[in-house]
Amino acid sequence: MLSRVAESIYWMSRYIERAENVARFVDVNLHLILDLPVGIQAQWEPLVATTGDDEVFAERYGEASREAVIRFLAFDTENPNSIVSCLRAGRENARSVRENISSEMWEQLNDAYLLVANTSEQWAMAEPHEFFRDIKLASHLFMGLTDNVMSHSEAWHFCQLGRLIERADKTSRIVDVKYFILLPSVWDVNTPFDDIQWGALLHSASGFEMYRRTYGLISPNEVVSFLLLDREFPRSVLYCLSKAEESLHAISGTPLETFSNSAEQRLGQLRAEFAYAQVKQILKTGLHEFLDAFQTKLNLVGDDIHKTFFALRPINGKSENSEA
Amino acid sequence: MAEFAGYNTDGFYDEVFAPDGSARPAAQMLVERIESFPEGELARRHIAAEHALLRMGITFNVYADEQGIEKIFPFDLIPRIIDANEWEWIERGLKQRIHALNLFIDDVYHDQKILKDGVVPADVVLSSERYLQPCIGLDPPRGIWCHITGTDLVRDGDGQIYVLEDNLGCPSGVSYVVENRQLMKRTFPQLFGMSQIQPVEDYPSQLLNMLRYLVTDKVLSPEVAVLTPGIYNSAYFEHSFLAQQMGVELVEGRDLVVMDGFVHARTTKGFERVDVIYRRINDDFLDPTVLNPESMLGVPGLMDVYKAGRVALVNAPGTCVADDKVVCSFVPKIIKYYLDEDIIVPNVPTYMCWEDTDRKYVLEHLDELVVKEANQSGGYGMLIGPHSTKAERSEFARRIKENPRNYIAQPTLSLSRVPVLIDDHFEGRHVDLRPFILYGEDIYVLPGGLTRVALKKGSLVVNSSQGGGSKDTWVLSNPV
Repeated sequence: MLSRVAESIYWMSRYIERAENVARFVDVNLHLILDLPVGIQAQWEPLVATTGDDEVFAERYGEASREAVIRFLAFDTENPNSIVSCLRAGRENARSVRENISSEMWEQLNDAYLLVANTSEQWAMAEPHEFFRDIKLASHLFMGLTDNVMSHSEAWHFCQLGRLIERADKTSRIVDVKYFILLPSVWDVNTPFDDIQWGALLHSASGFEMYRRTYGLISPNEVVSFLLLDREFPRSVLYCLSKAEESLHAISGTPLETFSNSAEQRLGQLRAEFAYAQVKQILKTGLHEFLDAFQTKLNLVGDDIHKTFFALRPINGKSENSEA
Repeated sequence: MAEFAGYNTDGFYDEVFAPDGSARPAAQMLVERIESFPEGELARRHIAAEHALLRMGITFNVYADEQGIEKIFPFDLIPRIIDANEWEWIERGLKQRIHALNLFIDDVYHDQKILKDGVVPADVVLSSERYLQPCIGLDPPRGIWCHITGTDLVRDGDGQIYVLEDNLGCPSGVSYVVENRQLMKRTFPQLFGMSQIQPVEDYPSQLLNMLRYLVTDKVLSPEVAVLTPGIYNSAYFEHSFLAQQMGVELVEGRDLVVMDGFVHARTTKGFERVDVIYRRINDDFLDPTVLNPESMLGVPGLMDVYKAGRVALVNAPGTCVADDKVVCSFVPKIIKYYLDEDIIVPNVPTYMCWEDTDRKYVLEHLDELVVKEANQSGGYGMLIGPHSTKAERSEFARRIKENPRNYIAQPTLSLSRVPVLIDDHFEGRHVDLRPFILYGEDIYVLPGGLTRVALKKGSLVVNSSQGGGSKDTWVLSNPV
């Protein structure tokens, strides 16, 4: 398959996953605020911090008010990671590979983009839950179609790869930012407020109900363990890494547990690190440090995917694989 | 209900109705069928067809649209019907024309016999902007230059069909032919079934066979690619459609690279050789090292590979020399010279402004004629005499005297009309016809082609960018 096509499919999928994640955590925060005890200020900065664009935001908007944050994260066309920008980028990528994806997928993505492009900001501010629900639904429909109408061949694996790497990154950021805000102060422990806040963290990753089934009571360590190390929950970091690794090997044809390029090597090492990790040890060495290192490594995996599959360059008229 | 009651041919040649108001024999069944519909049925089918068009996303792009919005190509429900005998004549004429044009192109890039014999003046060819020096002496695979042609035909008021121009560059519109047909089968299944219409659905297979035929050495499974300028091109839908229908890759210039003397595509599994390129970018942009150095669309080094016979380009670079309007006017002589035959489907009569008698006639009759620049297309640089002002005519007279080589003139044709559904009734609108011709192992003419309709009342401009639409074209299998 053409490198350009593979790259467009990979980014199409990443951008849609990103839009969905942004919609989810803005929505959760809106819910959370409703449950805040009297006298506690609503927190909007952490939301921007989760996307990693806090500096850009501070420069452009200053104070993190509800309106400013929602505008920045949902509608700001100058913010490349806003929902509208992500859907536009996803759509443009899809448009350049229309003959490689199914027409149902294209039409669904087109509808999703038009939904945001035609939504008035005023309406979205007034009815934010409905708006963010629409975005999440559009993304789920798209992913559902991808799984059900597209052959699970190379193009589909690039879709998976983009989606899972994006998701692993976002889940890790949610845990990173929220954990420190939510660290219980002595007088909050075991209060209803404590429970609600940890619940919100799980909701941000759509993991609340699945967590309850697995662990029952909410405890900070187990929430972290669930979101990072669970082997079955589809938004946990370990799950994303394992499935991404499977797709990577399906693309290259190399058996699992071996590697033929640096992307496979690096992703395999990262997956193993998570597969054999324990939450106690992670917390002992420092959660933030652990996650920071993880995000750096994940970015390197992304770079290696780019070098291995997308950025083939001939040198002196001779073929040269960047992996050589 | 009498759907056609009140329809008037207004003295024009009508493709469906004879001057006395009766249906022409080939269109008889169509008219009867439509007249038998209950009230509102036609409108209902029209809405259903437009809805289907939207869902199928049959669109063309409008340039410089940042939002990337695609427009729907307007489609009229009533098919244009061509009688089997007339089509047989058109088909023969087009095959003859393409056969001769190919010999002509090959000759002007080799021995130039036709120029030496004075049949076509040498300076007409050699001074054309479309005569490419880098193509001199080139031998394209199988000796074919013009693999794909979209010749425009028009019918004048007296019923005579003429060739208006040959589009030898990158003629577009064939995707609409195939898609329109699918839509019509859904809209009029019974009528379609009864009418015995020649199929167009095999065009992508015919195209693929032709492209693969060009690989002459022993390549087991030749790699074919469609080269597009990208998603912002107005015909991007068609490029993507053809690639999808043929099951080949749609590539952009940046996907291709010249390496080890061959053209390769960058793929996720490394570099893969490409043997045939159906290029939908113009000659100038093909290779920045040889042609237009500003081109970002092409592939550096492509011409060298082509010259070495290691990749086939469709159409061959340099083919457009025969697309020049002045050269076009010599086609009757070109056919006589190479094939020793008389032209079957005639050219629109053409006056050449650099010939003294013709120029004198043109200057005296500017108010009756259409004057065109030899190297322009798409309605640019044109004077339509009967619709012009005095100032425009004197401006053209000055330009013609200044640079006669650059101008030709033709009589203003009274293009034939077809009934078009406008709101709840039919009105006559002008049409042309673009059949598509493939030159591979044999010459194949797609039965029918794209009927373009000028949807604005009284307009003669059928281009989609200027309010034109299309109709399905039905060529009957048997004479009526």
